[in-house]
Amino acid sequence: MLSTTSILPLTVEAAAFSGDGKLLVEPNSFVIPAGGLTVLLGPNGAGKSLTLRLCHGLLTPSRGAVRWADGADGRAKRHAMVFQKPIMLRRSVEANITHALAAAGANGAERKVRAAQALDRFGLAERAGQPARLLSGGEQQRLAIARAWALRPELLFLDEPTSQLDPAATRQIEELLSGLVAEGITVMMSTHDLGQARRLADRVLFLHRGRLVEDTPARDFFAGPLSAEARAFLAGELLW
Amino acid sequence: MDVGAIFQAAFALVVGLDPGFLGIVFLSLRVTLTAVLIAALIGLPLGAALALARFPGRAAIIVCLNALMGLPPVVAGLAVFLLLSRSGPLGPLGLLFTPTAMIIAQVILVLPIVIALTRQVIEDLWSEYRDHLRSVGLDGLRAIPTLLFDGRFALATALLAGFGRASAEVGAVLIVGGNIAGYTRTMTTAITLETSKGDLPLALGLGLVLLSLTLAINAIAFGASRIGARYAG
Amino acid sequence: MTALPRRSLLAAGLFLGLTGIAHAQAPAPASERFITVASTTSTQDSGLFNHILPLFKAKTGIEVRVISQGTGQALDTARRGDADVVFVHARAQELKFVEEGFSTERRPVMYNDFVLIGPKSDPAGVAGTRDIVAALKKIQEKAAPFVSRGDKSGTHAAELNLWKVAGVDTAAQKGPWYREIGQGMGAALNTSGAMGAYVLSDRATWISFKNRGDLVISVEGDQRLFNQYGVMSVNPAKHPHVKVADGKLFADWLTSPEGQKAIADYKIDGQQLFFPNAGQAGA
Repeated sequence: MLSTTSILPLTVEAAAFSGDGKLLVEPNSFVIPAGGLTVLLGPNGAGKSLTLRLCHGLLTPSRGAVRWADGADGRAKRHAMVFQKPIMLRRSVEANITHALAAAGANGAERKVRAAQALDRFGLAERAGQPARLLSGGEQQRLAIARAWALRPELLFLDEPTSQLDPAATRQIEELLSGLVAEGITVMMSTHDLGQARRLADRVLFLHRGRLVEDTPARDFFAGPLSAEARAFLAGELLW
Repeated sequence: MDVGAIFQAAFALVVGLDPGFLGIVFLSLRVTLTAVLIAALIGLPLGAALALARFPGRAAIIVCLNALMGLPPVVAGLAVFLLLSRSGPLGPLGLLFTPTAMIIAQVILVLPIVIALTRQVIEDLWSEYRDHLRSVGLDGLRAIPTLLFDGRFALATALLAGFGRASAEVGAVLIVGGNIAGYTRTMTTAITLETSKGDLPLALGLGLVLLSLTLAINAIAFGASRIGARYAG
Repeated sequence: MTALPRRSLLAAGLFLGLTGIAHAQAPAPASERFITVASTTSTQDSGLFNHILPLFKAKTGIEVRVISQGTGQALDTARRGDADVVFVHARAQELKFVEEGFSTERRPVMYNDFVLIGPKSDPAGVAGTRDIVAALKKIQEKAAPFVSRGDKSGTHAAELNLWKVAGVDTAAQKGPWYREIGQGMGAALNTSGAMGAYVLSDRATWISFKNRGDLVISVEGDQRLFNQYGVMSVNPAKHPHVKVADGKLFADWLTSPEGQKAIADYKIDGQQLFFPNAGQAGA
């Protein structure tokens, strides 16, 4: 059941996260309005993945808050997430999708229809009956995206979705993501791949050591970043 | 001892299809399979819950369960015996020296194995699935059905381990069943009886039949889970 | 909540179905009318019950479920109320059972006798004598290995009594030669065979015992080796749930001409194992 009020914009208010007594994400603030593709950019360990998890609700901020426009806590959440290493249930390709739909409360008939739509949309219809864990890495990530798409999210989070894929599969996933944005789905993804950010991003959030250093439209960011850290990163220097 | 006589005795038992012998085989299977089924119905959800839940005393419970896997069957039998005896707290039920009493004793023996192994399997699976399941809203105990289903092939092994313990044990069923001919005599208690009667070839023959049955059940379950696991990847 | 996928339901159904089959093909459901009898290993291991119980069931329709234990254990089972009838062989313990009020009456049923079993090589040199007391003294003097049941059974009680008559305090003179195994008659015979030891056995178990190896009868025929069996039904005043009427029927039948004949008729290799003597005074 789709409610009429949008969950966007997503407002992150000084949300920080610490683990084992260390501050891993500093109290960063930003807003994700509807539309477009936002890239979380930064070197490994910058806190990109943690930030996505804070937004998606897998982690609870130790300080600050993550707010949705409809005021809901995300129980019937209309945002979904795709992980770096695709998590495939030990079931068929189709069952991976119907399982997620069942978890979201869809009834049996609706599950069938929506799963079929998703399989068609992402070119997996022929694979429907196959064990998901026997798909290739690229196909698995495609299924993970189809599974998330079937949930009809307004906002889709992706955590380094192509870092484990070969160039061909990476290109395919990037095309899919552009398609999703064109469809009106808001996308927020992390990557440490500069080329990918250049190709996809409308906006860049640059993180360094857990701190949001820069929040700039992509064109401006790549033309000339404001911070020294981002400049070093773009120049290919190793950042710590 | 003459090895030929043992195989001859086993062969005669199987080929002869003696109704008394068949009764013993079916009672053994009935008691053990029922015990494993009950232990599965209780142990799978409990083991999964133990894998997911975090509460004070959890570590102590896990240690106790692991220790209980080594509980001597005689002790379990004695406890059930004292409980079910007419002079015991559950005496009025009149369950001592019945197949039901044997099932109860075997459930006690099998349950710790099922719970402990289930916890292990589900904990491993949860660490793999956690992000996705929590992402789609299946957090905590709501993740259990998914985890049990996806762990089904590994869990089948846990149930087989329980089946092995139950089908092989004699101490508990002897005490609470009484080894009554035609009523509570199982393969293992019959072996004990024939040993005490000095009919060692027959005892070993029975043992051979028991071993073959256990082997067949294990082979079937193993084959099925192997094929299934290959299918599910 | 996700519904469990149909396949898992199928699997569960299959499992239930299988156990259902196991149930269906299990032995025909035991008749409603049954009694539980606590008895000794000798009556069970010798095969006597296999011979007489079907006759009793054919006549009365009552199924007899036998728990076979040592005499002391069997009496304890009845004391707890877990049996309706006790059928054992240790007169003194049986009379104590009646005295305690657990039964109102003990009735003699039959006897067999004990025999001293030993290795063919006869290390104590007792073979051939009829005097069991002299034989036991010799075994102790020569410290020849002797296996004791040590399980508070009727046979164990009889053995201890014979040592007493022989003036041997086994508790004080217990050495490596005197080995208590705490198990049934069959196990004791198996152990003796393996260790080349002497052992006191009831004749019935000995005759039906199949793993004799080098064991033979060393001493038999002494009056003091007499082994009397008695039957008692449990007193409902102590345990109200016991099946008094059916229990009494069984005791009545055992001591009736019909039951006595059934006992006398039981033979292995032409040898009669038990000698009915119901009604004999002082037995």
